[in-house]
Amino acid sequence: MAAVIDLARDAPIVPPPYPPPQAGEGRVGARGYWAGVGRRLLRDPVALAAALVIIVIVFAAILAPWLGLADPYRGSMLRRLRPISDAVYRLGSDELGRDMLSRLVYGGRLSLLMGVLPVVFAFFAGSAIGVLAGFVGGRVNTATMRTVDVFYAFPSVLLAIALSGALGAGIFNAIVSLTIVFTPQIARIAESVTTQIRTRDYVEAARISGAGPLAIIRVHVLGNVLGPIFVYATSLISVSMILASGLSFLGLGSKPPEPEWGLMLNTLRTAIYVQPLVAALPGAMIFITSIAFNLLSDGLRSAMEVK
Amino acid sequence: MDGLGERAPARSSPSPLVGEGRGGGSGGDGTNMPRGTTPTPDPSPAEPRYSEGSATQQSDRSRQQPTSVGGGEKTRDHGGPAQPLLSVRSLIKHFGGRRSFGGRGIRGAVHAVDDVSFDVAEGQTLGIVGESGCGKSTLARLIMQIIPADTGEILFDGEAVGTHALDLVAYRREVQMVFQDSYASLNPRLTVEETVAFGPRVHGLSRRAAIARAHDLIFRVGLAPARFADRYPHELSGGQRQRVNIARALALQPRLVILDEAVSALDKSVEAQVLNLLIDLKSEFGLTYVFISHDLNVVRFMSDRVLVMYLGKVVEIGPSEVLLGAPRHPYTMALLASMPSMDPDRRITEPPLFGDPPSPIDPPSGCRFHTRCKFAAPVCAATEPVLAEIAPAHRAACLLATPGSGHPQAGPIA
Amino acid sequence: MLVYTLKRLLYVTPVVIGVSIICFLLVHIAPGDPLSAILPADATQELVEQMRAAYGFDRPLPVQYALWFWKVVHGDLGTSIATGRSVATEVMRAVGNTFILATVATVIGFTFGTFFGFVAGYFRDLWLDKLASLVSVLGVSVPHYWLGMVLVIIFSANLNWLPPTGAGPDGSVAWRPDLEHLRYIILPAITMSVIPMGVISRTVRALVADILGQEFVQALRAKGLREFGVFRHVVTNAAPTALAVMGLQLGYLLGGSILIETVFSWPGTGFLLNAAIFQRDLPLLQGTILVLALFFVALNLAVDVVQTALDPRIKRT
Repeated sequence: MAAVIDLARDAPIVPPPYPPPQAGEGRVGARGYWAGVGRRLLRDPVALAAALVIIVIVFAAILAPWLGLADPYRGSMLRRLRPISDAVYRLGSDELGRDMLSRLVYGGRLSLLMGVLPVVFAFFAGSAIGVLAGFVGGRVNTATMRTVDVFYAFPSVLLAIALSGALGAGIFNAIVSLTIVFTPQIARIAESVTTQIRTRDYVEAARISGAGPLAIIRVHVLGNVLGPIFVYATSLISVSMILASGLSFLGLGSKPPEPEWGLMLNTLRTAIYVQPLVAALPGAMIFITSIAFNLLSDGLRSAMEVK
Repeated sequence: MDGLGERAPARSSPSPLVGEGRGGGSGGDGTNMPRGTTPTPDPSPAEPRYSEGSATQQSDRSRQQPTSVGGGEKTRDHGGPAQPLLSVRSLIKHFGGRRSFGGRGIRGAVHAVDDVSFDVAEGQTLGIVGESGCGKSTLARLIMQIIPADTGEILFDGEAVGTHALDLVAYRREVQMVFQDSYASLNPRLTVEETVAFGPRVHGLSRRAAIARAHDLIFRVGLAPARFADRYPHELSGGQRQRVNIARALALQPRLVILDEAVSALDKSVEAQVLNLLIDLKSEFGLTYVFISHDLNVVRFMSDRVLVMYLGKVVEIGPSEVLLGAPRHPYTMALLASMPSMDPDRRITEPPLFGDPPSPIDPPSGCRFHTRCKFAAPVCAATEPVLAEIAPAHRAACLLATPGSGHPQAGPIA
Repeated sequence: MLVYTLKRLLYVTPVVIGVSIICFLLVHIAPGDPLSAILPADATQELVEQMRAAYGFDRPLPVQYALWFWKVVHGDLGTSIATGRSVATEVMRAVGNTFILATVATVIGFTFGTFFGFVAGYFRDLWLDKLASLVSVLGVSVPHYWLGMVLVIIFSANLNWLPPTGAGPDGSVAWRPDLEHLRYIILPAITMSVIPMGVISRTVRALVADILGQEFVQALRAKGLREFGVFRHVVTNAAPTALAVMGLQLGYLLGGSILIETVFSWPGTGFLLNAAIFQRDLPLLQGTILVLALFFVALNLAVDVVQTALDPRIKRT
């Protein structure tokens, strides 16, 4: 057991006379890696616009009850399928006479939740699996990644539908099945990046310092690995939203009368001959949100690539 | 400036007597502190400095005894001054290869390090030279125990590494390494002070104390802590990064530092500065160096003894002036002859070494160098030469140099 | 090359077994009794036991798996609970339709995708690049089932040029490449092609930009090679990866066609899957998923081998 080095006990730490700092020197603001990423991101107009769109949609969804909207569940058999810019319903009404604007804003809650949560869960699960497998290496790595490969052997849509189909409809089941779909993808990226980092000299130097594996992972590996994984995860959000809404579209996700964009597309399908614009609205929301997440993710990736 | 300007130890401790042995606790009691010598940016002009192109003219500072050997340094010396600090015995490391079913062992393996043995005395610098693929980097990693050896053992200050007497954690505090690629050896997400403080933190130092030690070391390697401590690697130049690497290596107060091509990637002028720094640090901290390089000039400047490797084997080892002035092994002769001279009258018209180095997979039979040696005789392909003493403290593995070996040009046994 | 193929086959075998295990387990993670779909609620206990034995649900799980696996290997995927027909025949019939649709969609997507990708890569960072990149981002972000609906709205409901659903006139269940059936494939194929177009366009853009930035291109130009000649070099370098991506996209379309096929009532495997889910027809569900997954694995393997054949630098251990 190495004795604890106690400098205070052994000798007074009297710092040698350092050259005094010149005027104007010192830290020029945060110069860390993420600060640099943030700065570059702020200079990217496309990414900023995308971020703004997402913020608006998210806040609208969170603050929905306080925005003075109509009740998204209350329908009116007389006022079904009104067009956009109707006197009462600003964005029209759906097949049961409910206000589209309200349902779209409220629908954002479920759609965003079902899109983002699986990716969040998969990020944690996949990173844990991938980083551990990548760091340990050897047979544990091979065994783990081959198991991951089995899930990878399914196209994601198919796996999502298979799992949802087996588990049954419902929001919870949909989130579970999407998490299972995305975890292998993130695990793969995590393992790949960790394996690259593991062989870097500074990790070897850390080992030579006598650090145990947990300390090395915490200080040296995670900081360098989580960035790329995170960017990849953000690029999955748009896929997740489309898949989640797709599941609802098929009737495997949220159930009526919940407002949710995919489900609304489903129930409005027959209305395309009567009020095509109204029927297309929920999909347009999915589209816009999905583009925004993709553009933001692209911007993030470019901001991170510059060293 | 106060009394810190003196070259006195920061604290007094009993001067060691020969054979006193350990003070208690395994792996040393860790109470020593770098002596309170204030590193001054410009030492007295009487001490020669390394500068490019004039290596052959300098007298080598590195051979001077450490100037201040006071204080707690020697309390960690277990075996006394005569005991070599590092003893490497019969290290073998082969990579890959398939087991041949005929039971003849592994075929197609890369013989990276093949039965290497040598000693390094305390306070010395051993230079290790060789071409790419000779196994020097693998040897460095074997000494550091980053990779396990197939067979062989390493003795540090008389104790075998990896045993109860000297476990790996304790060994890690005695031996450290500086890598070649200054950028890749620094975590791009950590500041300089965090990088240097990591080792001490791991071994139990509090954050404040570790950062304080980091600042101290950053200063000692020639960087002003106020300006450099919170910089990131990408904000440093190559020479500055390598200084940080050196500071990191010294943070655990090792006694032996392995420098694996530590200056090879630097510009020449920066290289000179870093080499001078290494020499200063060596005398300040009483270090022992194993200096690996392919640049013979640098090795000549830095080393007390030189070890020449070829295809995983030691071919010659001896005092640097003797070995580099009058080499006995044909490979060493060829290496020295390959150094282009600045003197136009000493041009060489044909390369001293012909052909490509053979592959380390299934190396040539007998003497591994015989395929490229201009003194090769038939006996060289048949018999593998043993590293034999041909002069005091000078050994070579060559049938030509060993009397009575059967080589037609070797002399008879004296 | 042969050795490499065999090695990859060997590598893939445990994956295939894993896939089959998952397909098998799907049925058993389903809540509720698999028999509840077949039997009326008031069936006697005796009848339930009989049916359970007949379907083999009373044996331990590994045994069931082994039996099921044995049957699958012999081409017997079970019987559809809903229709009573052999699952294998149903699936094989549907696969043909999906395959045609997916192939046409992939070809369309590949064509436009490489076009946009080349434009973006060659005119990097100019407005043409931004435009082409925008198109690819749109392609990747669009919910294709919604796009299908929109296209139906425009071309079917409003303009009445193209039929909204079905693979052929009078609800025929097989698509034949003749003039009559041509109208039916246009909308589904275009809808399906959008995502591959987006993906391939992005990939090609990255490839082209990367190749053009390499030194050998500068060397070629310095030697006086005309731009078209350089272009051919770029194409040859980009081709293996681009074709690999195309192959993979084809695989995704084969497996993920359910959404589009639902929108257009296209009689393919996706449609079958949809029916299986809602009728809780578990043998059909199992069989369809297994076939699709195996197709995907086989396709990946083929892409892998072809890519290595075209580009000897890529060799995975």
